[in-house]
Amino acid sequence: MLTQLRDQFRKTEVYKSIFRHSYQDTQRNRALQIVDNVFLHLHPVRVPRHATNLGYTWGMGGITFLLFIVLTITGVILMFYYRPTAQYAYEDMKYLMNDVPFGPLIRNMHRWAAHAMVLTVMLHMFRVFLTGSYKPPRQFNWVIGVILLVLTLLLSFSGYLLPWDQLAIWAVTVGTNMARATPLLGHEGPFGPELGLRPDNDVRFVLLGGTEVGPPTLLRFYVGHCIFLPLIATIFMIVHFWRVRKDGGISGPPPGKNNF
Amino acid sequence: MQQFLEIISKPDNIPIVLLLVSVIFFTWLAWAKAKKNDSQQIPEEAKMDDKVQVWPYLVRMEFLMSIVVMAVLVVWSVFLDAPLEEPANRALTPNPSKAPWYFLGLQELLVYFDPWIAGVVLPTLIIIGLMAIPYVDINEKGNGYYTFKERKFAILTFCFGFLILWVALIVLGTFMRGPGWNFFWPWEKWDPHYVAVLTNVDLSEMIGIPTRLPDNSLNPVAFLFGGVLVFGFYSLIPIYWMMKRKTEIMKKLGPLRYNIVAFLFLTMVGLVIKILLRLGPPILGLNPVKYVWVTPWFNI
Ligand code: HEM
Repeated sequence: MLTQLRDQFRKTEVYKSIFRHSYQDTQRNRALQIVDNVFLHLHPVRVPRHATNLGYTWGMGGITFLLFIVLTITGVILMFYYRPTAQYAYEDMKYLMNDVPFGPLIRNMHRWAAHAMVLTVMLHMFRVFLTGSYKPPRQFNWVIGVILLVLTLLLSFSGYLLPWDQLAIWAVTVGTNMARATPLLGHEGPFGPELGLRPDNDVRFVLLGGTEVGPPTLLRFYVGHCIFLPLIATIFMIVHFWRVRKDGGISGPPPGKNNF
Repeated sequence: MQQFLEIISKPDNIPIVLLLVSVIFFTWLAWAKAKKNDSQQIPEEAKMDDKVQVWPYLVRMEFLMSIVVMAVLVVWSVFLDAPLEEPANRALTPNPSKAPWYFLGLQELLVYFDPWIAGVVLPTLIIIGLMAIPYVDINEKGNGYYTFKERKFAILTFCFGFLILWVALIVLGTFMRGPGWNFFWPWEKWDPHYVAVLTNVDLSEMIGIPTRLPDNSLNPVAFLFGGVLVFGFYSLIPIYWMMKRKTEIMKKLGPLRYNIVAFLFLTMVGLVIKILLRLGPPILGLNPVKYVWVTPWFNI
Protein backbone atom coordinates (compact mmCIF):
# COMPACT_ATOMS: atom_id res chain seq x y z
CA MET A 1 0.00 0.00 0.00
CA LEU A 2 2.65 2.51 1.07
CA THR A 3 5.05 1.43 -1.62
CA GLN A 4 2.26 1.77 -4.12
CA LEU A 5 1.57 5.30 -2.95
CA ARG A 6 5.27 6.12 -3.13
CA ASP A 7 5.58 4.80 -6.62
CA GLN A 8 2.51 6.76 -7.64
CA PHE A 9 4.03 9.88 -6.13
CA ARG A 10 7.26 9.35 -7.98
CA LYS A 11 5.40 9.38 -11.25
CA THR A 12 3.81 12.77 -10.65
CA GLU A 13 4.96 15.78 -12.54
CA VAL A 14 5.82 17.59 -9.32
CA TYR A 15 8.22 14.90 -8.19
CA LYS A 16 9.84 14.54 -11.56
CA SER A 17 10.32 18.26 -11.87
CA ILE A 18 12.30 18.28 -8.63
CA PHE A 19 14.29 15.08 -8.90
CA ARG A 20 15.39 14.56 -12.43
CA HIS A 21 16.73 11.05 -12.12
CA SER A 22 16.05 7.88 -10.18
CA TYR A 23 18.07 6.87 -7.19
CA GLN A 24 19.16 3.51 -8.50
CA ASP A 25 22.82 2.94 -7.84
CA THR A 26 24.24 3.19 -11.30
CA GLN A 27 27.32 4.89 -12.64
CA ARG A 28 25.09 7.27 -14.57
CA ASN A 29 22.99 8.23 -11.58
CA ARG A 30 26.06 8.83 -9.46
CA ALA A 31 27.28 11.28 -12.06
CA LEU A 32 23.86 12.93 -12.38
CA GLN A 33 23.69 13.30 -8.62
CA ILE A 34 26.61 15.73 -8.88
CA VAL A 35 25.85 17.44 -12.16
CA ASP A 36 22.15 17.99 -11.46
CA ASN A 37 22.71 19.67 -8.11
CA VAL A 38 23.60 23.34 -7.89
CA PHE A 39 25.61 22.89 -4.73
CA LEU A 40 27.36 19.67 -5.51
CA HIS A 41 28.06 20.95 -8.98
CA LEU A 42 31.08 22.71 -7.52
CA HIS A 43 32.61 19.26 -7.73
CA PRO A 44 33.74 17.34 -10.73
CA VAL A 45 32.00 14.00 -11.32
CA ARG A 46 35.08 12.01 -10.54
CA VAL A 47 38.25 12.80 -8.62
CA PRO A 48 41.55 11.01 -8.09
CA ARG A 49 41.36 8.73 -5.08
CA HIS A 50 43.89 10.70 -3.03
CA ALA A 51 41.52 13.70 -3.08
CA THR A 52 39.15 11.77 -0.83
CA ASN A 53 41.99 11.00 1.54
CA LEU A 54 41.97 13.20 4.63
CA GLY A 55 45.67 12.60 5.03
CA TYR A 56 46.31 14.51 1.83
CA THR A 57 44.11 17.63 2.09
CA TRP A 58 43.49 17.50 5.84
CA GLY A 59 40.01 18.71 4.83
CA MET A 60 41.00 22.17 5.97
CA GLY A 61 39.77 24.13 2.95
CA GLY A 62 36.36 22.50 3.22
CA ILE A 63 36.16 23.02 6.98
CA THR A 64 37.08 26.68 6.53
CA PHE A 65 34.22 27.03 4.08
CA LEU A 66 31.80 25.22 6.39
CA LEU A 67 32.77 27.54 9.25
CA PHE A 68 32.22 30.54 7.00
CA ILE A 69 28.68 29.31 6.31
CA VAL A 70 28.06 28.75 10.03
CA LEU A 71 29.34 32.27 10.69
CA THR A 72 27.05 33.77 8.08
CA ILE A 73 23.97 32.08 9.52
CA THR A 74 24.71 32.74 13.19
CA GLY A 75 25.87 36.24 12.28
CA VAL A 76 22.56 37.12 10.64
CA ILE A 77 20.71 35.88 13.72
CA LEU A 78 22.92 38.02 15.95
CA MET A 79 22.13 41.06 13.84
CA PHE A 80 18.48 40.81 14.91
CA TYR A 81 19.51 41.57 18.48
CA TYR A 82 22.36 44.00 18.08
CA ARG A 83 22.48 47.74 17.55
CA PRO A 84 25.89 49.17 16.63
CA THR A 85 25.85 52.27 18.82
CA ALA A 86 27.91 52.92 21.91
CA GLN A 87 24.68 53.41 23.82
CA TYR A 88 23.10 50.04 23.04
CA ALA A 89 25.81 47.63 21.86
CA TYR A 90 26.92 46.39 25.26
CA GLU A 91 23.37 46.27 26.66
CA ASP A 92 22.29 44.24 23.66
CA MET A 93 25.10 41.75 24.33
CA LYS A 94 24.00 41.42 27.96
CA TYR A 95 20.42 40.93 26.87
CA LEU A 96 21.51 38.33 24.35
CA MET A 97 23.55 36.43 26.90
CA ASN A 98 20.91 36.50 29.63
CA ASP A 99 17.42 36.73 28.19
CA VAL A 100 17.29 35.68 24.56
CA PRO A 101 16.36 31.99 24.13
CA PHE A 102 19.42 30.22 22.75
CA GLY A 103 21.14 33.61 22.66
CA PRO A 104 24.33 32.40 24.34
CA LEU A 105 24.46 29.36 22.06
CA ILE A 106 24.25 31.49 18.93
CA ARG A 107 26.80 34.00 20.18
CA ASN A 108 29.20 31.31 21.37
CA MET A 109 28.94 29.46 18.09
CA HIS A 110 29.68 32.67 16.22
CA ARG A 111 32.65 33.45 18.45
CA TRP A 112 34.21 30.00 18.45
CA ALA A 113 33.60 29.37 14.77
CA ALA A 114 35.38 32.65 14.05
CA HIS A 115 38.41 31.62 16.08
CA ALA A 116 38.34 28.17 14.54
CA MET A 117 38.18 29.62 11.04
CA VAL A 118 41.33 31.66 11.60
CA LEU A 119 42.99 28.47 12.77
CA THR A 120 41.80 26.26 9.91
CA VAL A 121 42.65 28.81 7.24
CA MET A 122 46.23 28.89 8.53
CA LEU A 123 46.39 25.10 8.53
CA HIS A 124 44.92 25.01 5.02
CA MET A 125 47.67 27.30 3.82
CA PHE A 126 50.27 25.18 5.57
CA ARG A 127 48.97 22.05 3.79
CA VAL A 128 48.85 23.74 0.39
CA PHE A 129 52.44 24.82 0.89
CA LEU A 130 53.68 21.43 2.04
CA THR A 131 52.16 19.59 -0.93
CA GLY A 132 53.59 22.23 -3.27
CA SER A 133 50.08 22.83 -4.59
CA TYR A 134 50.84 26.49 -5.37
CA LYS A 135 53.10 25.45 -8.23
CA PRO A 136 51.97 25.79 -11.83
CA PRO A 137 49.18 25.95 -12.84
CA ARG A 138 47.85 26.97 -9.42
CA GLN A 139 50.03 30.06 -8.75
CA PHE A 140 47.19 32.53 -9.01
CA ASN A 141 44.85 30.55 -6.81
CA TRP A 142 47.46 30.77 -4.07
CA VAL A 143 47.43 34.55 -4.45
CA ILE A 144 43.65 34.54 -4.13
CA GLY A 145 44.13 32.34 -1.07
CA VAL A 146 46.45 34.89 0.54
CA ILE A 147 43.79 37.55 -0.03
CA LEU A 148 41.24 35.24 1.63
CA LEU A 149 43.60 34.79 4.56
CA VAL A 150 43.87 38.55 5.02
CA LEU A 151 40.09 38.93 4.69
CA THR A 152 39.55 36.22 7.30
CA LEU A 153 41.84 38.04 9.74
CA LEU A 154 40.14 41.36 9.04
CA LEU A 155 36.69 39.83 9.52
CA SER A 156 37.72 38.39 12.84
CA PHE A 157 39.41 41.59 13.94
CA SER A 158 36.47 43.85 13.04
CA GLY A 159 34.08 41.51 14.83
CA TYR A 160 36.21 41.64 17.95
CA LEU A 161 35.15 45.25 18.59
CA LEU A 162 31.40 44.74 18.40
CA PRO A 163 30.67 43.49 21.96
CA TRP A 164 31.92 46.94 23.07
CA ASP A 165 33.43 45.67 26.31
CA GLN A 166 36.88 46.27 27.77
CA LEU A 167 38.37 43.30 25.94
CA ALA A 168 37.02 44.57 22.63
CA ILE A 169 38.01 48.19 22.72
CA TRP A 170 41.51 47.64 24.08
CA ALA A 171 42.38 44.84 21.69
CA VAL A 172 41.24 47.02 18.82
CA THR A 173 43.02 50.03 20.27
CA VAL A 174 46.29 48.10 20.42
CA GLY A 175 45.77 46.80 16.88
CA THR A 176 44.80 50.06 15.26
CA ASN A 177 47.49 52.08 17.05
CA MET A 178 49.87 50.57 14.54
CA ALA A 179 48.25 52.62 11.79
CA ARG A 180 49.66 55.77 13.42
CA ALA A 181 53.13 54.60 12.47
CA THR A 182 52.43 53.90 8.80
CA PRO A 183 55.24 55.37 6.73
CA LEU A 184 54.01 58.40 4.74
CA LEU A 185 50.41 57.94 5.93
CA GLY A 186 50.52 58.01 9.73
CA HIS A 187 51.28 60.98 11.96
CA GLU A 188 53.96 59.07 13.86
CA GLY A 189 55.35 57.16 10.90
CA PRO A 190 58.51 57.94 8.98
CA PHE A 191 57.98 61.08 6.88
CA GLY A 192 54.41 61.45 8.24
CA PRO A 193 54.95 64.69 10.16
CA GLU A 194 57.03 66.05 7.26
CA LEU A 195 53.98 65.55 5.04
CA GLY A 196 51.78 67.49 7.44
CA LEU A 197 49.94 64.55 9.00
CA ARG A 198 48.33 65.04 12.38
CA PRO A 199 46.33 62.67 14.60
CA ASP A 200 43.19 64.11 13.05
CA ASN A 201 44.00 63.63 9.41
CA ASP A 202 46.07 60.46 8.99
CA VAL A 203 45.08 56.89 8.00
CA ARG A 204 44.23 55.93 11.54
CA PHE A 205 41.72 58.75 11.65
CA VAL A 206 40.13 57.45 8.48
CA LEU A 207 40.04 53.92 9.87
CA LEU A 208 38.55 54.87 13.23
CA GLY A 209 36.45 57.84 12.26
CA GLY A 210 38.10 59.73 15.10
CA THR A 211 41.34 60.12 16.99
CA GLU A 212 40.52 57.18 19.26
CA VAL A 213 38.35 54.07 19.25
CA GLY A 214 34.89 55.55 19.78
CA PRO A 215 31.27 55.33 18.64
CA PRO A 216 32.08 56.15 14.99
CA THR A 217 34.61 53.32 15.02
CA LEU A 218 31.95 50.93 16.23
CA LEU A 219 29.69 51.84 13.32
CA ARG A 220 32.53 51.63 10.81
CA PHE A 221 33.64 48.23 12.04
CA TYR A 222 30.03 47.02 12.14
CA VAL A 223 29.35 47.91 8.53
CA GLY A 224 32.69 46.47 7.47
CA HIS A 225 32.13 43.32 9.49
CA CYS A 226 28.55 42.62 8.45
CA ILE A 227 28.44 43.86 4.87
CA PHE A 228 31.62 44.91 3.15
CA LEU A 229 34.08 42.19 4.23
CA PRO A 230 31.71 39.19 3.96
CA LEU A 231 30.70 40.35 0.49
CA ILE A 232 34.28 40.67 -0.69
CA ALA A 233 35.23 37.37 0.95
CA THR A 234 32.31 35.62 -0.76
CA ILE A 235 33.38 36.93 -4.13
CA PHE A 236 36.96 35.77 -3.61
CA MET A 237 35.76 32.37 -2.39
CA ILE A 238 33.68 31.93 -5.54
CA VAL A 239 36.74 32.71 -7.63
CA HIS A 240 38.88 30.44 -5.42
CA PHE A 241 36.60 27.41 -5.89
CA TRP A 242 36.18 28.13 -9.58
CA ARG A 243 39.94 28.23 -9.98
CA VAL A 244 40.40 24.94 -8.13
CA ARG A 245 38.26 23.35 -10.86
CA LYS A 246 39.75 25.30 -13.74
CA ASP A 247 43.30 24.57 -12.67
CA GLY A 248 42.61 20.89 -13.19
CA GLY A 249 40.98 19.93 -9.91
CA ILE A 250 42.81 19.06 -6.76
CA SER A 251 46.58 18.92 -7.11
CA GLY A 252 48.35 15.60 -7.39
CA PRO A 253 51.58 14.12 -8.61
CA PRO A 254 52.20 14.67 -12.32
CA PRO A 255 51.15 11.69 -14.46
CA GLY A 256 54.77 10.88 -15.20
CA LYS A 257 55.45 10.22 -11.54
CA ASN A 258 54.03 6.74 -11.91
CA ASN A 259 56.73 5.47 -14.23
CA PHE A 260 59.92 7.07 -13.04
CA MET B 1 51.95 27.91 37.77
CA GLN B 2 48.48 28.75 39.05
CA GLN B 3 48.50 31.85 36.90
CA PHE B 4 49.67 29.92 33.84
CA LEU B 5 46.81 27.45 34.18
CA GLU B 6 44.42 30.35 34.50
CA ILE B 7 45.66 31.97 31.32
CA ILE B 8 45.74 28.74 29.39
CA SER B 9 42.15 27.92 30.29
CA LYS B 10 40.77 31.38 29.50
CA PRO B 11 38.04 30.73 26.92
CA ASP B 12 39.57 33.15 24.41
CA ASN B 13 42.92 31.39 24.64
CA ILE B 14 41.59 27.93 23.78
CA PRO B 15 42.28 28.57 20.06
CA ILE B 16 45.97 29.06 20.84
CA VAL B 17 46.14 25.77 22.67
CA LEU B 18 44.37 24.19 19.69
CA LEU B 19 46.76 25.97 17.34
CA LEU B 20 49.78 24.61 19.14
CA VAL B 21 48.48 21.05 19.30
CA SER B 22 47.24 20.96 15.69
CA VAL B 23 50.37 22.56 14.27
CA ILE B 24 52.56 20.01 16.02
CA PHE B 25 50.32 17.16 14.87
CA PHE B 26 50.16 18.28 11.24
CA THR B 27 53.88 19.00 11.06
CA TRP B 28 54.49 15.48 12.29
CA LEU B 29 51.94 14.05 9.83
CA ALA B 30 53.43 15.88 6.85
CA TRP B 31 56.93 14.91 7.95
CA ALA B 32 56.00 11.24 8.18
CA LYS B 33 54.38 11.33 4.73
CA ALA B 34 57.31 13.19 3.19
CA LYS B 35 59.79 10.74 4.67
CA LYS B 36 57.85 7.79 3.32
CA ASN B 37 57.56 9.37 -0.14
CA ASP B 38 61.25 10.29 -0.18
CA SER B 39 62.28 6.75 0.61
CA GLN B 40 60.50 5.25 -2.38
CA GLN B 41 60.51 5.85 -6.12
CA ILE B 42 56.85 6.73 -6.43
CA PRO B 43 55.04 8.99 -3.96
CA GLU B 44 52.08 7.38 -2.20
CA GLU B 45 49.75 9.90 -3.83
CA ALA B 46 50.72 8.65 -7.29
CA LYS B 47 49.56 5.17 -6.34
CA MET B 48 46.15 6.66 -5.58
CA ASP B 49 45.57 8.53 -8.79
CA ASP B 50 42.86 6.23 -10.13
CA LYS B 51 39.56 8.07 -10.39
CA VAL B 52 36.63 7.51 -8.06
CA GLN B 53 33.07 8.82 -8.24
CA VAL B 54 32.57 12.00 -6.22
CA TRP B 55 29.15 10.64 -5.28
CA PRO B 56 29.47 8.82 -2.91
CA TYR B 57 33.18 8.72 -2.13
CA LEU B 58 33.97 12.43 -1.71
CA VAL B 59 30.52 13.67 -0.71
CA ARG B 60 30.21 11.16 2.10
CA MET B 61 33.58 12.30 3.44
CA GLU B 62 32.49 15.93 3.36
CA PHE B 63 29.22 15.02 5.02
CA LEU B 64 30.97 13.14 7.77
CA MET B 65 33.48 15.90 8.41
CA SER B 66 30.67 18.47 8.52
CA ILE B 67 28.88 16.44 11.18
CA VAL B 68 32.03 16.10 13.24
CA VAL B 69 32.86 19.81 12.97
CA MET B 70 29.31 20.85 13.85
CA ALA B 71 29.22 18.47 16.80
CA VAL B 72 32.50 19.81 18.17
CA LEU B 73 31.37 23.38 17.64
CA VAL B 74 28.03 22.88 19.38
CA VAL B 75 29.59 21.10 22.36
CA TRP B 76 32.25 23.81 22.61
CA SER B 77 29.54 26.50 22.50
CA VAL B 78 27.32 24.83 25.05
CA PHE B 79 30.08 24.45 27.61
CA LEU B 80 32.17 27.58 27.13
CA ASP B 81 30.72 31.06 27.09
CA ALA B 82 32.28 33.73 24.91
CA PRO B 83 33.81 36.37 27.17
CA LEU B 84 31.93 39.56 27.93
CA GLU B 85 33.86 41.82 30.24
CA GLU B 86 33.04 45.17 31.82
CA PRO B 87 31.58 47.78 29.47
CA ALA B 88 34.08 49.69 27.35
CA ASN B 89 35.79 52.41 29.33
CA ARG B 90 38.46 54.61 27.81
CA ALA B 91 39.66 55.75 31.21
CA LEU B 92 40.57 52.24 32.35
CA THR B 93 43.51 50.75 30.48
CA PRO B 94 44.07 47.09 31.27
CA ASN B 95 47.66 46.01 31.80
CA PRO B 96 48.77 44.22 29.71
CA SER B 97 46.60 45.34 26.75
CA LYS B 98 46.70 42.63 24.17
CA ALA B 99 45.55 42.42 20.56
CA PRO B 100 43.51 39.36 19.46
CA TRP B 101 45.59 36.20 19.66
CA TYR B 102 46.41 35.90 15.94
CA PHE B 103 48.16 39.28 16.05
CA LEU B 104 50.20 38.60 19.18
CA GLY B 105 53.24 37.51 17.17
CA LEU B 106 53.27 40.96 15.59
CA GLN B 107 52.68 42.61 18.95
CA GLU B 108 55.63 40.67 20.34
CA LEU B 109 57.77 42.16 17.56
CA LEU B 110 57.08 45.60 19.03
CA VAL B 111 59.64 44.70 21.67
CA TYR B 112 62.33 44.56 19.03
CA PHE B 113 61.18 47.10 16.44
CA ASP B 114 59.50 50.47 16.21
CA PRO B 115 55.78 50.30 15.40
CA TRP B 116 56.24 51.34 11.78
CA ILE B 117 58.28 48.19 11.16
CA ALA B 118 56.50 45.71 13.44
CA GLY B 119 53.00 46.99 12.76
CA VAL B 120 53.11 48.07 9.14
CA VAL B 121 56.18 47.12 7.13
CA LEU B 122 56.54 43.53 8.33
CA PRO B 123 52.85 42.59 7.93
CA THR B 124 52.92 44.09 4.45
CA LEU B 125 56.05 42.15 3.60
CA ILE B 126 54.49 38.95 4.95
CA ILE B 127 51.48 39.38 2.67
CA ILE B 128 53.55 40.34 -0.37
CA GLY B 129 56.08 37.64 0.39
CA LEU B 130 53.38 34.97 0.62
CA MET B 131 51.87 36.11 -2.66
CA ALA B 132 55.29 36.01 -4.31
CA ILE B 133 56.03 32.42 -3.33
CA PRO B 134 54.57 30.70 -6.43
CA TYR B 135 56.40 33.09 -8.72
CA VAL B 136 59.84 32.88 -7.15
CA ASP B 137 59.84 29.16 -6.37
CA ILE B 138 60.71 27.78 -9.79
CA ASN B 139 61.49 24.28 -8.57
CA GLU B 140 59.10 22.10 -10.58
CA LYS B 141 59.51 19.11 -8.32
CA GLY B 142 57.31 18.42 -5.36
CA ASN B 143 54.04 19.54 -6.94
CA GLY B 144 51.08 17.60 -5.59
CA TYR B 145 52.65 15.30 -3.03
CA TYR B 146 54.48 15.45 0.27
CA THR B 147 58.26 15.56 0.01
CA PHE B 148 61.17 17.11 1.82
CA LYS B 149 64.16 15.92 -0.17
CA GLU B 150 63.11 17.63 -3.38
CA ARG B 151 62.53 21.11 -1.93
CA LYS B 152 64.53 21.47 1.26
CA PHE B 153 65.17 25.22 1.11
CA ALA B 154 61.53 26.12 0.43
CA ILE B 155 60.16 23.90 3.17
CA LEU B 156 62.72 24.87 5.80
CA THR B 157 62.23 28.57 5.13
CA PHE B 158 58.44 28.38 5.22
CA CYS B 159 58.37 26.18 8.31
CA PHE B 160 60.76 28.50 10.13
CA GLY B 161 58.59 31.48 9.28
CA PHE B 162 55.30 29.80 10.13
CA LEU B 163 56.22 27.60 13.08
CA ILE B 164 58.76 29.81 14.84
CA LEU B 165 58.16 33.39 13.81
CA TRP B 166 54.37 33.15 13.65
CA VAL B 167 53.12 30.35 15.93
CA ALA B 168 55.84 30.35 18.60
CA LEU B 169 55.74 34.14 18.94
CA ILE B 170 51.94 34.00 19.36
CA VAL B 171 52.37 31.47 22.13
CA LEU B 172 55.09 33.58 23.74
CA GLY B 173 53.02 36.76 23.45
CA THR B 174 49.94 35.16 24.98
CA PHE B 175 51.32 33.04 27.75
CA MET B 176 54.56 34.69 28.81
CA ARG B 177 53.99 38.41 28.48
CA GLY B 178 52.52 39.99 31.56
CA PRO B 179 51.98 43.53 32.85
CA GLY B 180 54.13 46.09 31.04
CA TRP B 181 54.71 43.38 28.43
CA ASN B 182 57.40 41.99 30.75
CA PHE B 183 58.51 38.42 30.31
CA PHE B 184 57.37 35.87 32.87
CA TRP B 185 58.06 32.15 32.91
CA PRO B 186 54.95 29.97 33.13
CA TRP B 187 55.69 29.14 36.76
CA GLU B 188 56.13 32.79 37.77
CA LYS B 189 53.35 34.99 39.02
CA TRP B 190 52.58 38.10 36.98
CA ASP B 191 53.80 40.96 39.13
CA PRO B 192 52.25 44.28 38.05
CA HIS B 193 54.94 46.24 39.88
CA TYR B 194 57.86 44.45 38.28
CA VAL B 195 60.16 46.88 36.52
CA ALA B 196 62.86 45.56 34.23
CA VAL B 197 65.95 47.69 34.70
CA LEU B 198 67.71 47.60 31.39
CA THR B 199 69.47 50.46 29.68
CA ASN B 200 69.24 50.09 25.96
CA VAL B 201 72.14 51.13 23.80
CA ASP B 202 72.45 51.51 20.04
CA LEU B 203 74.69 49.17 18.12
CA SER B 204 77.13 51.95 17.26
CA GLU B 205 77.47 52.79 20.94
CA MET B 206 78.52 49.23 21.63
CA ILE B 207 81.70 49.82 19.69
CA GLY B 208 82.21 53.28 21.11
CA ILE B 209 80.50 55.57 18.60
CA PRO B 210 77.97 57.73 20.46
CA THR B 211 74.64 58.16 18.65
CA ARG B 212 74.16 61.69 19.88
CA LEU B 213 76.69 64.53 19.92
CA PRO B 214 77.01 66.61 23.10
CA ASP B 215 74.46 69.11 21.74
CA ASN B 216 72.04 66.18 21.31
CA SER B 217 72.10 66.27 17.51
CA LEU B 218 72.62 63.07 15.57
CA ASN B 219 76.24 61.97 15.21
CA PRO B 220 76.95 61.69 11.46
CA VAL B 221 79.46 58.91 12.08
CA ALA B 222 76.85 56.81 13.86
CA PHE B 223 74.36 57.58 11.09
CA LEU B 224 76.84 56.44 8.44
CA PHE B 225 77.82 53.38 10.44
CA GLY B 226 74.22 52.20 10.69
CA GLY B 227 73.45 53.01 7.07
CA VAL B 228 76.45 51.11 5.79
CA LEU B 229 75.54 48.17 7.98
CA VAL B 230 71.93 47.98 6.78
CA PHE B 231 72.71 48.55 3.10
CA GLY B 232 75.70 46.24 3.28
CA PHE B 233 73.52 43.53 4.78
CA TYR B 234 71.01 43.75 1.95
CA SER B 235 73.52 44.12 -0.91
CA LEU B 236 76.81 42.46 -0.04
CA ILE B 237 75.40 39.14 1.16
CA PRO B 238 73.38 38.48 -2.03
CA ILE B 239 76.34 39.49 -4.20
CA TYR B 240 78.78 37.36 -2.24
CA TRP B 241 76.43 34.40 -2.34
CA MET B 242 75.87 34.79 -6.08
CA MET B 243 79.65 34.79 -6.76
CA LYS B 244 80.27 31.84 -4.52
CA ARG B 245 77.46 29.61 -5.71
CA LYS B 246 76.97 29.90 -9.44
CA THR B 247 74.50 27.03 -9.64
CA GLU B 248 72.00 26.10 -12.33
CA ILE B 249 69.11 27.20 -10.17
CA MET B 250 70.52 30.69 -9.75
CA LYS B 251 70.88 31.13 -13.48
CA LYS B 252 67.32 30.00 -14.03
CA LEU B 253 66.04 32.33 -11.31
CA GLY B 254 67.37 35.40 -13.08
CA PRO B 255 68.34 38.66 -11.36
CA LEU B 256 64.82 39.87 -10.55
CA ARG B 257 63.62 36.73 -8.82
CA TYR B 258 66.98 36.22 -7.16
CA ASN B 259 66.88 39.69 -5.65
CA ILE B 260 63.30 39.32 -4.45
CA VAL B 261 64.12 36.02 -2.76
CA ALA B 262 67.30 37.51 -1.28
CA PHE B 263 65.48 40.57 0.03
CA LEU B 264 62.65 38.64 1.64
CA PHE B 265 64.96 35.99 3.04
CA LEU B 266 67.39 38.53 4.45
CA THR B 267 64.52 40.46 6.02
CA MET B 268 63.53 37.30 7.84
CA VAL B 269 67.12 36.65 8.90
CA GLY B 270 67.54 40.30 9.90
CA LEU B 271 64.46 40.02 12.08
CA VAL B 272 66.04 37.12 13.92
CA ILE B 273 69.34 38.99 14.24
CA LYS B 274 67.57 41.98 15.74
CA ILE B 275 65.76 39.75 18.22
CA LEU B 276 69.08 38.18 19.22
CA LEU B 277 70.72 41.59 19.55
CA ARG B 278 68.03 42.45 22.06
CA LEU B 279 67.96 39.20 24.00
CA GLY B 280 71.58 38.08 23.70
CA PRO B 281 73.68 40.81 25.35
CA PRO B 282 71.87 40.74 28.73
CA ILE B 283 72.84 37.08 29.03
CA LEU B 284 76.50 38.17 28.68
CA GLY B 285 75.97 40.97 31.17
CA LEU B 286 75.87 43.66 28.47
CA ASN B 287 73.16 46.16 27.58
CA PRO B 288 70.58 45.11 25.00
CA VAL B 289 70.73 46.79 21.60
CA LYS B 290 67.91 49.15 20.72
CA TYR B 291 68.69 50.45 17.24
CA VAL B 292 71.04 49.37 14.51
CA TRP B 293 70.52 52.52 12.50
CA VAL B 294 69.32 55.87 13.79
CA THR B 295 68.25 58.51 11.26
CA PRO B 296 66.43 61.82 11.72
CA TRP B 297 63.25 60.28 10.24
CA PHE B 298 63.16 56.71 11.42
CA ASN B 299 65.15 54.18 13.42
CA ILE B 300 65.80 50.56 12.65
C1 HEM C 1 38.49 31.61 3.40
C2 HEM C 1 39.52 30.93 3.16
C3 HEM C 1 39.66 29.72 2.25
C4 HEM C 1 38.73 28.78 1.86
C5 HEM C 1 37.26 28.70 2.25
C6 HEM C 1 39.42 27.85 1.01
C7 HEM C 1 38.83 26.72 0.45
C8 HEM C 1 39.50 25.80 -0.33
C9 HEM C 1 39.01 24.48 -0.70
C10 HEM C 1 37.66 23.91 -0.26
C11 HEM C 1 39.94 23.88 -1.49
C12 HEM C 1 39.88 22.46 -2.04
C13 HEM C 1 40.97 21.58 -1.49
C14 HEM C 1 41.10 21.54 0.00
O1 HEM C 1 40.09 21.47 0.71
O2 HEM C 1 42.24 21.56 0.48
C15 HEM C 1 41.02 24.84 -1.63
C16 HEM C 1 42.17 24.63 -2.38
C17 HEM C 1 43.22 25.52 -2.48
N1 HEM C 1 43.43 26.63 -1.67
FE1 HEM C 1 42.08 27.43 -0.44
N2 HEM C 1 40.72 28.24 0.87
C18 HEM C 1 40.91 29.37 1.62
C19 HEM C 1 42.10 30.05 1.81
C20 HEM C 1 43.27 29.74 1.15
C21 HEM C 1 44.57 30.27 1.48
C22 HEM C 1 44.86 31.20 2.66
C23 HEM C 1 45.47 29.76 0.57
C24 HEM C 1 46.94 30.00 0.46
C25 HEM C 1 47.56 31.03 0.77
C26 HEM C 1 44.71 28.92 -0.33
C27 HEM C 1 45.24 28.26 -1.41
C28 HEM C 1 44.64 27.20 -2.05
C29 HEM C 1 45.20 26.47 -3.18
C30 HEM C 1 46.51 26.79 -3.91
C31 HEM C 1 44.31 25.42 -3.45
C32 HEM C 1 44.48 24.30 -4.49
C33 HEM C 1 45.09 23.17 -3.71
C34 HEM C 1 45.20 21.89 -4.44
O3 HEM C 1 44.77 21.79 -5.61
O4 HEM C 1 45.74 20.95 -3.82
N3 HEM C 1 43.40 28.91 0.07
N4 HEM C 1 40.73 25.99 -0.92
